Amino acid sequence: MSETPLVDELEKGPWPSFVKEIKKTAEMMEKAKAEGKDVKLPETAMGVLKQLERSYEDKVTHWKHGGIVSVFGYGGGVIGRYSDLGDEIPEVHHFHTMRINMPAGWFYSTKALRGICDVWEKWGSGLTNFHGSTGDIIFLGTRTEYLQPCFDDLAHLEIPFDLGGSGSALRTPSACMGPALCEWACYDTLDICYRITHEFQDELHRPMWPYKFKFKFSGCPNDCVAAKLRADCSIVGTWRDEIKIDQEAVKEYAKWMDIENEVVKLCPTGAISWDGNELKIDNKNCVRCMHCINKMPKALRPGDERGATILIGAKAPMVDGAVASWVIIPFVPADEIFDTLTDLAEKIWEWWDENGKYRERVAELIWRLGMREFLKAVELEADVRMVKAPRNNPFMFFDKEELKPSKYVEELEKRGLR
Amino acid sequence: MPYIEVKGKKLELDEDGFLQDWQQWDEDVARALAADDRFTGAKVELTDEHWEIIRFLRNYFEKYGVAPPIRQLVKEVKKALGPEKGNLQYLYKLFPQGPAKDACRIAGLPKPTGCV
Repeated sequence: MSETPLVDELEKGPWPSFVKEIKKTAEMMEKAKAEGKDVKLPETAMGVLKQLERSYEDKVTHWKHGGIVSVFGYGGGVIGRYSDLGDEIPEVHHFHTMRINMPAGWFYSTKALRGICDVWEKWGSGLTNFHGSTGDIIFLGTRTEYLQPCFDDLAHLEIPFDLGGSGSALRTPSACMGPALCEWACYDTLDICYRITHEFQDELHRPMWPYKFKFKFSGCPNDCVAAKLRADCSIVGTWRDEIKIDQEAVKEYAKWMDIENEVVKLCPTGAISWDGNELKIDNKNCVRCMHCINKMPKALRPGDERGATILIGAKAPMVDGAVASWVIIPFVPADEIFDTLTDLAEKIWEWWDENGKYRERVAELIWRLGMREFLKAVELEADVRMVKAPRNNPFMFFDKEELKPSKYVEELEKRGLR
Repeated sequence: MPYIEVKGKKLELDEDGFLQDWQQWDEDVARALAADDRFTGAKVELTDEHWEIIRFLRNYFEKYGVAPPIRQLVKEVKKALGPEKGNLQYLYKLFPQGPAKDACRIAGLPKPTGCV
């Protein structure tokens, strides 16, 4: 009989199963050991399932709270975790997490991935998470004495890797794939993310603030990394001139798409008109929601005068509930984003550090002391585009009626592709 | 739980090497904690510069009952010992695993709380 009958239940059904995945890793690690490879923790992956089985029996978690572990010169990047079943399941007594700084946009060569995996197979449980919600590569489960050698090996790979951020520090900056894959990118998200990461190494690795601080870079208002809902400082690509229209291509869409209902009526500011022959956009009233561009990508494109909007203060629900970010700089031309951001960041941190309470995010401090105080501190003028309060409900609700499948889905169904 | 032996007495540590009872601390205990490489992989050689920081942490803790926030530590060190010592780089040079893991541990303070 299986050692973990309760946990095994989660392998049933058609959906993905973390139990299956952990067992695969456990097998892989045992095989590596049998082949005589130098693996330090061949039984830790299976140990996790054994401990989970115990948790299901006891109806209580067996992970203890917190732990402080690190590597030389770093105050963060490793999260200490211990089991209270250390005597019974020694494989998971120490189960520290390492955050590894991912490449901007999450591009890897297979060589880079193999390098990372070889290091972790040697020094850790073999369990990984590509990627955690911060964007980092997550290494799950190793012992205190293997942290330093694992870190050293990562740094000496042919394609080396560094730790990411944790604790009250700058968290690993993260960016959408930007111009590498996407025609809507209004600035080079990958480049800025890379340069910001290098610029603020001290802030990233040596925590000293009231709490965490995150930068996220999205190339356009579609905001694929959800910067405006998750980052203390969100940098979202935008354009200042007019949406470019290819009227011939619009007519092509008109042959199969209901432009009036699917585009014109869904424009949040009613800025679009379509007379069956010509599509017109009142660009002064466009709020850059991207809906029309997403619907008709061959006919509409962002303008040429591209850059980014800088926003402040998004965070998930913790002390004061969720909040989206506020606009603080409506438009920065693409080639000025880096300098604007480094200058602004220093001022934000100075003010927050000086006034923030323990565990107070920058948004909570702005709520407490007021946007006026914040703007004074960072030397920005108030602007009509800074709303009084940003959205603070991260959920969208739809009526059943609104959720009718689109034409595209109908087409897929007709072709038997769905 | 692990122990450390100082002057014939066994003192209890937690799994990260922090002293369980801060009142058991004295300078001999600090030297023993600094020489204990089971939790950090390297010993810390205590110099006068180290002792300045350790005594500061100790005094702060005895006065306020908590470890100082890192920014506060940097500021106070700057005030007391001058700007060349009042910065994070200086602290990490002395205590390579950082103010929490090395400095607070050797100063015998309870483990700073919170999930990182």
